[in-house]
Amino acid sequence: MSDITKQSLTELVENIKNKKLSSVDITKAFIERSEKSKELNAYITEDFTSALEKAKKFDQKPNLDLKLPGIPMAVKDLFCTKDVKTTAGSKILNNFVPTYESTVTENIWREGAILLGKLNCDEFAMGSSNETSFFGDVQNPIDKDLVPGGSSGGSASAVAGQLTPITIGTDTGGSIRQPASFTGTVGLKPTYGSCSRYGIVAFASSLDQAGPMAQNVKDCALLQEVISTYDSKDSTSIEFERKQYSKELTKNIKGKKIGIPKEYRVDGMPKEIEDLWQKGIQYVKECGAEIIDISLPHTSYALPTYYIVAPAEASSNLARYDGVKYGFRAKGENLIDMYEKTRSEGFGVEVQRRIMIGTYVLSSGYYDAYYLKAQKVRKLIKNDFDDVYKKVDAILTPSTPSSAFKIGEKTNDPVSMYLNDIFTVPVNLAGLPGISIPAGHDSKGYPLGLQIIGKAFDEQNILNIAYAMEEKINFKNKITDWWIK
Amino acid sequence: MSKKDSEYLINRKDNQYEVVIGLEVHAQVLSESKLFSTSATKFGAEPNTQVSLVDAAFPGMLPVINEFCVKQAIKTGIGLNAKINRRSVFDRKNYFYADLPQGYQISQFKDPIVGEGKVILDMPNGQKEVGIERLHLEQDAGKSIHDLDPQNTFVDLNRSGVALMEIVSKPDLRSPDEVNAYIKKLRSIMRYLGTCDGNMQEGSLRADVNVSVRPKGSKKFGTRCEIKNVNSIKFMQMAIEYEANRQVNLIEEGKTIDQETRLFDTRKNETRSMRSKEDAHDYRYFPDPDLLPLEVSEKFIEELKNDIPELPDDKKKRFIEEFKLSPYEANILVSDIDTANYFEEVLAKMGKNKDIKLAVNWITGELFALLNTKGLEISQSPVSAKNFAILINLIKNGTISGKIAKTVFELMIDGDKDPQKIVEEKGLKQQSDPKALEALIDKIINDNREKAIEYKQGKEKLFGFFCWSSNEGIRWKS
Repeated sequence: MSDITKQSLTELVENIKNKKLSSVDITKAFIERSEKSKELNAYITEDFTSALEKAKKFDQKPNLDLKLPGIPMAVKDLFCTKDVKTTAGSKILNNFVPTYESTVTENIWREGAILLGKLNCDEFAMGSSNETSFFGDVQNPIDKDLVPGGSSGGSASAVAGQLTPITIGTDTGGSIRQPASFTGTVGLKPTYGSCSRYGIVAFASSLDQAGPMAQNVKDCALLQEVISTYDSKDSTSIEFERKQYSKELTKNIKGKKIGIPKEYRVDGMPKEIEDLWQKGIQYVKECGAEIIDISLPHTSYALPTYYIVAPAEASSNLARYDGVKYGFRAKGENLIDMYEKTRSEGFGVEVQRRIMIGTYVLSSGYYDAYYLKAQKVRKLIKNDFDDVYKKVDAILTPSTPSSAFKIGEKTNDPVSMYLNDIFTVPVNLAGLPGISIPAGHDSKGYPLGLQIIGKAFDEQNILNIAYAMEEKINFKNKITDWWIK
Repeated sequence: MSKKDSEYLINRKDNQYEVVIGLEVHAQVLSESKLFSTSATKFGAEPNTQVSLVDAAFPGMLPVINEFCVKQAIKTGIGLNAKINRRSVFDRKNYFYADLPQGYQISQFKDPIVGEGKVILDMPNGQKEVGIERLHLEQDAGKSIHDLDPQNTFVDLNRSGVALMEIVSKPDLRSPDEVNAYIKKLRSIMRYLGTCDGNMQEGSLRADVNVSVRPKGSKKFGTRCEIKNVNSIKFMQMAIEYEANRQVNLIEEGKTIDQETRLFDTRKNETRSMRSKEDAHDYRYFPDPDLLPLEVSEKFIEELKNDIPELPDDKKKRFIEEFKLSPYEANILVSDIDTANYFEEVLAKMGKNKDIKLAVNWITGELFALLNTKGLEISQSPVSAKNFAILINLIKNGTISGKIAKTVFELMIDGDKDPQKIVEEKGLKQQSDPKALEALIDKIINDNREKAIEYKQGKEKLFGFFCWSSNEGIRWKS
């Protein structure tokens, strides 16, 4: 049955629909492989028993009209799942079991999918290597002691390692695209407002967006089609015409104008990345698209802007974890003492660092110089994109400035860690959709990704470009199953 | 202290001080559900029974604005003759407290929904205009209960997330009496609009009071102190009086006043320092990223304007013109919407040829006295407007005298009885046929000839005897 886990989502759905496989067959296969893959530490919570029961129930009365009929799926542990522990990778929510379901996961289950378990992630999605999780580092299936990226590190590892056919992550500054790039998988960050934030543990409300992570573009399009709905429970959810992304997927991108921003050619970027980018440019040309050199002049301000806006919102969003209502509580002499001990013991170092930064930039006397200024720069960054989108249909860049690094390599150097997000954060600041697809390997054999950035609500277009490029690139992920004894 | 010419001044040796007061009134929006959730807002429910996941700030929960509360705030703004802002922004006010589940209160900081407006007060020496600085929407916090257990504090989140309107006045008030009039006027306007029930006992209306003093004639404001969360007009007045005198004493002693937040101790009748300016919270306000800026169209506002009922000032004007009331009478009747409605209903039921003056006197006299003794609101009046109107008409057409009417009124209270029936059953009809009365008087005089002569000779005391006999005679006869 080992070949089941090698199948793409699209293949599995096909096989269920033409009754070659049952939900139990598929669910069992992924559970078995997950159980053999503990060393990856991709799961925080396994829900295998319940998953098998649901699979059996599905097979008894299969509804084959659904988009994800009986498909097992593990999800990032930032999505609240009813009656299943949801930790956000933090000690402070170690015992938290929601009584409610996030809109995005609700949409997934409604289409017939089955929850396998909850996947590891950086604590409150704050990190680029999955090393800030209270539940330990996650291994990249590509190589031992290699980070899978972050914050959706568990999700990326689980898809690349075939522990789940597909998954969802969240992306605040690159948390879907960077780990996708590090693991040779496809990750889409949709337009802000495309997927509901209801029931997702908040990191930075104006940037957070859920999205699919998959083995290929078509799977990614199918899941996006399922998770993107307008939701009145999220005031920032946007009503727009959502397409049947997988059905409308096409490799015909003739005449599309693709922008190449000169500002993304950063100092110290490895030649491998530059070569990959050129290769990508060649591919889209071969597909009949037109390459146009563009400028996004405020790009270099994106990272500092992001590291003001995101921590500011986070410092406020995380105030609710105070030991009073739910989650971890430390004993204290009085209320203030309890707060201090709960939050000092409950939050990890990186989360505390960002709360401190956020509190600082919102403080009276600093607000104008930091937060307000950052908001203004954010607007300029958005304007940059608006301007170039008068000339081009999409933008092609590398996903990350380097390939995956070793566990522990950057933990003592937060700034170097933050630099990982340099190509991804502008997209979040502007609220645009972006997709990372695997495009090649570096000299160590580690995957490298390219990012296609689209206009707002134009997911279909970037999926199409990715789909066309995917065929040309013909990427093969080198998964050796090194962790399976 | 002197109240010459209705001016409220604090006197010390050679100096006179003026008191400057500004109020931040927190008025609970009259609404079935909370500002950002669908939980109920009923007062007095069992603790933690009106709490949603949003109110308790569970992970991933998001606020969604309640349009009805927005309408209520705009209506109130219209009632305060204020500018309605087409675009307003919800901000987060960040601080930690056990009864603040989110760790921040959603409020409006830089861009409130309502801007500048004004309120007219009727003071004994004429009208006074008080400026409104702004009105904004915000969430209420929960309630910490410290006295149920020696070790623990309990938290009731029923109130958490309930919509409040914070109405900020300009520093235009100059005396406790003006504060009294201002609060009552605000309450009156909001009750007319149905936007706040104004119930101070239930905490629907409470205020932070800013007080400063300055030498009479000075244009510069003194340093102010803010007295937090005072929940009755009487306490506000007491707190202002105490605080103003405290500040004057400091100045007289050559000391300075520290800008600080103070609490009013109702038992000791004094204000106490709560925190100084240096200790003031840094609330780190910033726009709530979970909510988009609130934008309302001109049409939306216009539709609400069309929905505004006649407000106290207009009603007063109409009462004076239409019913020829004195400004004083009109004021009394319009200050509470239920009173005004009762009055107009009485007039309507009285039909043509009505004695409005008589009705006013009876409402402000007998009826108010009755409600006062029984501790009832006019909406709970044991005498309906219909029967009240019949009673006034019985007096007006001479069926009963004013004195008998009081007896009838007392009998009406129990079960809202028809006064006509009472008069008939108890035989209280007044004899007003002149011929019959003449005959009766002749008879009394003839029966008491000697006394009549004595009276004529100057024994005036006997007048009472004849009155009594007449009354008795009438009673016996009918």
